[in-house]
Amino acid sequence: MSEIFIENHNQKLKDLIFKRRLWNIFIIISLIIAVLLSSSIIDISSSRLLNGLPRLGDYISQILPSLESSSLFLDSNKEGSIAYWYFNLPKYLKLLFETFNMALLATIIGSSIALLLSFLSAKNTAPNSFIYFMTRRTLEFFRGVPEIIFAILFVWALGIGPIAGIIAMTLHTTGSLGKLFSEVHENSDIKPREALKAAGGNWPSEMKFGLLPQVLPNLISYTLLRFEINIRASTILGFVGAGGIGQELYLVINFNYYEEVSAIILLIILTVISIDLLSEYLRKNIIEVDNVR
Amino acid sequence: MSDKEIINLHPRIFYPLWKQSPRSIIISLFIFLYIVFSINYFNFSIEDLLKGFSKMKPILYSMINWNDFLSWNFNSILIGIIQTLAMAFLGTLAASIVSIPLGLMASRQVIRISFPRFIIRRFLDFIRGVDILIWALIFVRAFGLGPLSGVLAIFVADTGTLSKLYSEAADNSDNKQIEGLTSSGANKLSTLRFGLIPQVMPIFISQSLYFFESNSRSAVILGIVGAGGIGLQLSERMKAQYWDQAFFIIIIILIMVAVIDRLSRFLREKLINA
Repeated sequence: MSEIFIENHNQKLKDLIFKRRLWNIFIIISLIIAVLLSSSIIDISSSRLLNGLPRLGDYISQILPSLESSSLFLDSNKEGSIAYWYFNLPKYLKLLFETFNMALLATIIGSSIALLLSFLSAKNTAPNSFIYFMTRRTLEFFRGVPEIIFAILFVWALGIGPIAGIIAMTLHTTGSLGKLFSEVHENSDIKPREALKAAGGNWPSEMKFGLLPQVLPNLISYTLLRFEINIRASTILGFVGAGGIGQELYLVINFNYYEEVSAIILLIILTVISIDLLSEYLRKNIIEVDNVR
Repeated sequence: MSDKEIINLHPRIFYPLWKQSPRSIIISLFIFLYIVFSINYFNFSIEDLLKGFSKMKPILYSMINWNDFLSWNFNSILIGIIQTLAMAFLGTLAASIVSIPLGLMASRQVIRISFPRFIIRRFLDFIRGVDILIWALIFVRAFGLGPLSGVLAIFVADTGTLSKLYSEAADNSDNKQIEGLTSSGANKLSTLRFGLIPQVMPIFISQSLYFFESNSRSAVILGIVGAGGIGLQLSERMKAQYWDQAFFIIIIILIMVAVIDRLSRFLREKLINA
C-alpha cells in the first residue's frame, strides 16, 4: 500500500518537474525571440556596440578631471588642482540653489493643489460621482504626461527660465500626489467622521478633525518622497530651457567643456543624495514620532 | 455639567490654537515666508504669466483642431511607439540580468562582510544620483544619435535602482531555508540556489515588470535628447509647432502607457498567485 503511494507520489512529482521545465523553456525561448525582434527593430548590432564602447571610454576619461596630487590644493590658476577643476563653482552653486528652489516651490504648490483635489477624487469624500470621475481623469492626464513635455510647452509660452519648469513640475506633482492622497483618504477609518457628523459637524470640520489627523503623516511622507523626485526632475528640466543646473549641463556637454561635465554631474549627485538622506531622516523621525503620539 | 466644568476637565483641548500646536504655526509661517521669498527670487509677475497663458490659447486651440488628420505621417508614429517599447524591453531585461548578481552581492544574506557591500551600495547610489536623461546625453555623445543610446541609458539607470531593490528583497528573505540547507551540509552556492533564489525570484520578476512599465514612460522622454523612440517624433513636432500632431502623439503615449500598465499588473498578479 505504502509503496504504491510512494510510487504514485514520485510520478506526480516527476510530472510537476517536467511541466515546470517545459514552462521555463517556453519562457526562455519567447524571451530570446523578443530580444532578437526588438534588437532588429532598433537596429542594435554588436559591431556598433563594440565600436561605441572605446569611444565611451575615451569620453569618460576626457570628462574626468586631471588632478595632480602635488598641486591638489593650490589656487585656481594651477592646472591639476581642485580649485582649477571647480573654477566656476560660484555659478554652479547659484544654479543649484535655483534648482533646489524650483523643486521646493513646485512641491509646495503642487501638494497644496493635490490636497484640495484629493477630496474630490477619493470615493469616500467626493461630493458626487461626476466630479469624482472628472477629477480622476484630470489627475491621470497631468501625471501621464512627462514633466519635460509640459516644460517644452511652457518654455514656448512663457519664455526660457525657471518659471516654465516650476509650472511643469507643479502640474506633474499635482497629478501624482492627487492620486496618492486620494488613495490614502480611501483607506482611512470612517468612524471619527461619523462621530463628528453625529455630533453635528459640517463637511469642513468633518474633514479637518475626522480625516486629516488620520492621513496627515502619510500625506507628509508622500510629499517628501515627491520632493526627492522633483529634485531629480529639476536637474534635467534645463535641457529644454526650463531653468536650473540642467541648462548649464546641457551647454557644457554640447560644447565639450569636458572637465566641467564631471564637475557639474558630481555636484548634482551630491545634492540628490543629500536631499534623499535628509528626507529619509525627516520621514523616519518627525513622522513616526507623530504617529506614536 | 456646565461648559466651564467641561473646560476645567479637559483644559488642553480648549487651549487657543497657537497654544495647542505652536509647531504647526511656526511651520506655516515658514512656508508663507518661503513663498514670499521665492516670488521675489523667481521674479514671478502675474502680468507675465497672463501674457504667457494668453499666448498658449492659440496653441491649445490648434491642439484640438485636427483638420488635416488624414495627411499625417502615421507610419513614423507607429515606428516610434514600437521603438520605444523595444528600447524599454531591452533596457529593462539587460538591467535585470546584471542586477541579479549585483543585487545579491549588495545583500547581507549573501555577503556577510560589510566592506564590499558598502562599496557596491555606494556605487549604486552614485548611479542612481544621475538622472536617466543625463545618462542618455552622455551615451548620445559616445554612440551617436539613435535608440541604442536610449537602451544603454535605461540599462545603466535601471541597474542602479533594480540592484538596490533586489538587494532589499534578498535582505528581507527568510533565513530558515538557508539555515536548513547549511545544516544539512550544502555549500554556499546551493544555499543560494535552493534557499534564497526561490524566495526572491517572484519579487525580482515582479519588480522588473514594474520597471518595464515605468521605463516605457521614461523611454518616451529619452527622444528629447536624441536617443530615439516616440519622444523624438514628439519633440520634433513640438519644435516645428505642429501642436495638433504633438497632442495626438501625447494621447497615443497615454494609451500605450495605460495598456502596458494593465498588462503588467495582470502579469504581476498572476505571478504572485502562482
